[in-house]
Amino acid sequence: MLNSQIKTDEEFFIDPQRCIGCRACEMACAECETNGQTSMIHVDYVDRYISTQTSVQVCMHCEDPACARVCPADAITKDEFGIVHTANTARCISCANCVLACPFGVPKKMEETQIMMKCNMCYDRTSAGKRPMCATVCPSGALWYGKREKIEQMRPNSTPVNTFIFGGQTVHTKVNIMMPAGSTELRVD
Amino acid sequence: MSEIENAPLKPRPAWETDFPHERVEATHVSRREFAKFLCLVSGGLAAGTAFVAVKDKLIPPHRLKGEHLVCQRSEVPVGGTRAFVIPGSTTPYILIHLESGEWRAFEQKCTHLSCAVFYQPNTGKIECPCHNGWFDARTGAVLQGPPPRPLPQLAVTLRGEDLFVSELRPQTP
Repeated sequence: MLNSQIKTDEEFFIDPQRCIGCRACEMACAECETNGQTSMIHVDYVDRYISTQTSVQVCMHCEDPACARVCPADAITKDEFGIVHTANTARCISCANCVLACPFGVPKKMEETQIMMKCNMCYDRTSAGKRPMCATVCPSGALWYGKREKIEQMRPNSTPVNTFIFGGQTVHTKVNIMMPAGSTELRVD
Repeated sequence: MSEIENAPLKPRPAWETDFPHERVEATHVSRREFAKFLCLVSGGLAAGTAFVAVKDKLIPPHRLKGEHLVCQRSEVPVGGTRAFVIPGSTTPYILIHLESGEWRAFEQKCTHLSCAVFYQPNTGKIECPCHNGWFDARTGAVLQGPPPRPLPQLAVTLRGEDLFVSELRPQTP
């Protein structure tokens, strides 16, 4: 993609503890015509019984994407910038293998259209040098897109981490999650 | 680092190399693949040409044996034509009664792309409407357009009222 204006020095950072559950990201995502005005972002309560704390989940764009590996129709591809694209509508057979395989629970099967849809880091915006829509509207900085040095300078008590351990499986992602300073991985057992 | 991560890389299964999910890999055409493609295509073309050439040399062209009755003279007016096939063959022919009173018979297949050709009355020309090709109705020679060869011709013999066609031999006028 020689004519892409994607900024390779900018990265996505998620800080779940900053999420206030305003759902501005969902609204912003759903304004996009590219995803058929459907929100591709998930805002969930961590444990509604004891807290109102919410957490936000965008596609983490894994280095070795499980969704693409399990796709029998070769509909999910990863480009040279590490962005894992949503299902190619001409190829997706709506088998939901990706929905079951993703350790982050990102892909969603749209029952009406019988197609899988997921976050593609606003490829139409990022490939034109703009920031993803959710990151531009998040009022608390739970979703942030920019240079790594800047966020390290802004949030000295946090460290961006992109290594996740799910039991015996280690997943490296393009998107970072903000962890307490000094962390190197997030263990999800 | 987990044990799984440090394990040596296993060779990838064939389906994974055939259908990679990395776009760069999926769209990449290696020099070897390109050379293979070139060799196969040009090899195929060369083999096809050789086959056509050998077939042309080994199999003699179809010759018309004997004389064949087409119709009565009175059935084709001056300037008129009649399409016919010779029994045992599917090649279409056209019999032409020229304005000069002469009779001609040609294959009704244009030598360009085998479209049906038609005699244009009062012009002395045969037209192929597909690509605007024209032939001389007396000799079958190409007058204009893309046809590469003249129309194959048959000799017409008038015996009484009956019109016969036979193979056109060089000595036949």
